Amino acid sequence: MAEAGTAETHGAHAHDAHHEQGFWSKYIFSTDHKMIAMQYMFTGIVMALIGGYMSYAFRMQLAFPGQSVPGYGLVSQGEYNALVTNHGTIMIFWVAMPMLIAAFGNYLIPLMIGADDMVFPRINRLSYQIFLVSALVLIGSLFVPGGGFGGAWTAYPPLSSSAEYSLTPLGSTLWLVAVALEFVAFLLGGINFITTLMNARAPGMKMYDIPMVLWMIVVASVLFMASVGPLIAGAVMLFMDQVVGTGYFDPGRGGDPILWQHLFWFFGHPEVYVVFLPAIGIVAEIICTFSRKKLFNYKLILYTVFATAIISFFVWAHHQFVAGIDPRMANVFTITTLIISIPIAEMIFLYIATLYGGSIRLTTPMLWALAFIAEFMIGGITGIFLGASGSDIYFHDTYFVLAHFHYTFFPIAIIGFLAGITYWFPKMFGRMMNETLGKIHFWGTIAAFNSIFIPLFILGTAGQHRRIYNYQNFPDLADMQGLRVFATTALLVMLAFQAVFLFNFFYSMFKGKPAGKNPWKANTLEWTTTSPPPHGNWAELPNCYRGPYEYSVPGREEDYWPQDVPPDTAPAE
Amino acid sequence: MSTTRPIATTRSATGIPTGKLAVWWVIGSEIVIFGGLLASYVMHRLGHPEWAEYASHTNTWFGATNTFVLLTSSLFAVLAHHAAEQGDGKKAAKWLLGTCAGGLVFICVKAVEWTGEIQHGYTITANGFWHFYYTAAGLHGLHVIAGCIIMLIIANDARKGKELHRVELIGIYWHFVDIIWIFLFPLLYIAK
Repeated sequence: MAEAGTAETHGAHAHDAHHEQGFWSKYIFSTDHKMIAMQYMFTGIVMALIGGYMSYAFRMQLAFPGQSVPGYGLVSQGEYNALVTNHGTIMIFWVAMPMLIAAFGNYLIPLMIGADDMVFPRINRLSYQIFLVSALVLIGSLFVPGGGFGGAWTAYPPLSSSAEYSLTPLGSTLWLVAVALEFVAFLLGGINFITTLMNARAPGMKMYDIPMVLWMIVVASVLFMASVGPLIAGAVMLFMDQVVGTGYFDPGRGGDPILWQHLFWFFGHPEVYVVFLPAIGIVAEIICTFSRKKLFNYKLILYTVFATAIISFFVWAHHQFVAGIDPRMANVFTITTLIISIPIAEMIFLYIATLYGGSIRLTTPMLWALAFIAEFMIGGITGIFLGASGSDIYFHDTYFVLAHFHYTFFPIAIIGFLAGITYWFPKMFGRMMNETLGKIHFWGTIAAFNSIFIPLFILGTAGQHRRIYNYQNFPDLADMQGLRVFATTALLVMLAFQAVFLFNFFYSMFKGKPAGKNPWKANTLEWTTTSPPPHGNWAELPNCYRGPYEYSVPGREEDYWPQDVPPDTAPAE
Repeated sequence: MSTTRPIATTRSATGIPTGKLAVWWVIGSEIVIFGGLLASYVMHRLGHPEWAEYASHTNTWFGATNTFVLLTSSLFAVLAHHAAEQGDGKKAAKWLLGTCAGGLVFICVKAVEWTGEIQHGYTITANGFWHFYYTAAGLHGLHVIAGCIIMLIIANDARKGKELHRVELIGIYWHFVDIIWIFLFPLLYIAK
């Protein structure tokens, strides 16, 4: 297993004398939150590579239709559908969720609140094990007779509910089982996160002393928990339709296919914020550290988080404007959808205010954090076209939608992860990553990413529909092939640049410059222990004396003031 | 691998014990699951007046018996908690076994009831009402079975005087399972 192999050598210098453990109990069945975070992270990276490979295969088919794809072979129509579907499913449920919430949540929550572990370490381990099984089931579903599920990641019935239509009797059921297992894993993990943050904080850490990223991860966990229930119920119904032969979603038998859309999007839209919040929380930590400034109006940012979380429950039907819902309902959802951009915009303004007048250091994590804000803005602004029901009727199901949500999910899942990993890598592995390689990777990825999706916006406005196997069959669209080839070429460039990251990641893990406790001179508690932290995190658990963002406090010699330093040792107030 | 608890587990910044806090969050997530299912059912039911005719084939007496059985078992759970608070693990274990027996009776009544209905042709695939009838009650039944299994484990510990605080936690969960049934009973049996 990849995760075990890489983690093993890292453990050699993190050796802890009174916690001598065997290979299995240390790397595979560990209850240590840091090891579980690593397991989630490496599983997420492997799944990201699989998802990226899928996008390579179907983008090649779109750019060079009917030709054999190097490293894959001919992409048949059925395979094309399965690739598109599983690319989406993997990137959201097996990459964004585990890397942002589970990996960073597990790693950071106990370290940032000054605790020795999560409150339920064994439930934490169980959560990862269920997650791993779900990932294996999903990968397995691609190789069963009939092939993987091809009904899109939204799995609209009746296509998904009947093998007669989907032609993937086993694939669609296994897909559904995998997604349901993944939900169970994150419910267990989420409950652990919430109770840990609520109960296990270091003495002295009050509500407003909690680092913003933890608030965001925990609000995201609550949001996930409150929204996923109806979809679990829906998944049970869909499973019954597929396997037992009920007709919940079959209009011919008194069922209602639109019901699934409501259940799915009641979860599906808050889910965007479930992964968005941890990513923007990571960005908050990074911009404070690298602009040496206090987070601008901590409480107001927190209120925008709560507002976003609450409003996200009232926007779901904007995905269904063309599904035959009542136009009056479409008006209501247009208004709520436009309203949700207000707290998000407010949050971005507060971040920019944090940067204003700071002594900004453009390190690799800072570049990723700034890129997150810039790229996500493009995703947010194009979302307004889609949230307004009038323009959505034209844009619905075109590449404009596709480019829009890639401008939200790519910043979230990939840029957010890379910002976090480059920032906390020294803590995780005790060594610094290479800055030059980091910057090469950054500029290569960002330039290529925009080159992929800006052409897709143009194709979308020209009316190019999604989920089409070969555009050569559409005379109106065939002559725009140049843009498709351009986007695919940019994808190849972006995938190639990820090799730089992987090299930097593994090389730095063993050969990087030793990092010491606090290489970024940051305030939060995780930087007060050794890198990597030992089993139990601290020899003596720290106390907390102040908020996490006391940078450049006037009258202090140093421009940072760690949370665990007692006030009386401060030189002057 | 040590089985000692981390210090984190023993901390309580909110003043609520960690285990109890977690049980409430579990119940929160369960409410949303059942909420989604029952809301779907209610929407369908309102849109299909003819379902009242199908619902008339359910046997209210079976449902009422089970309501009585579950409420009684919840009383036993309260008595178990009372005994546990006084430190009497043996007595708590006995009451928990009583609660468990209630769960078992509930499942047996269900089995008899469903057998009759299936023999009359009212299977899960019959029509929309019976889809929901079996799915909702079945999902609830799984919670009853899971609750019984956990209760047996806790009763076994309580008998030896260990982990007595867990008696209250399983009690909270059991009341929740009870309340779900309080919603299912009128929706599936009484509304005709």
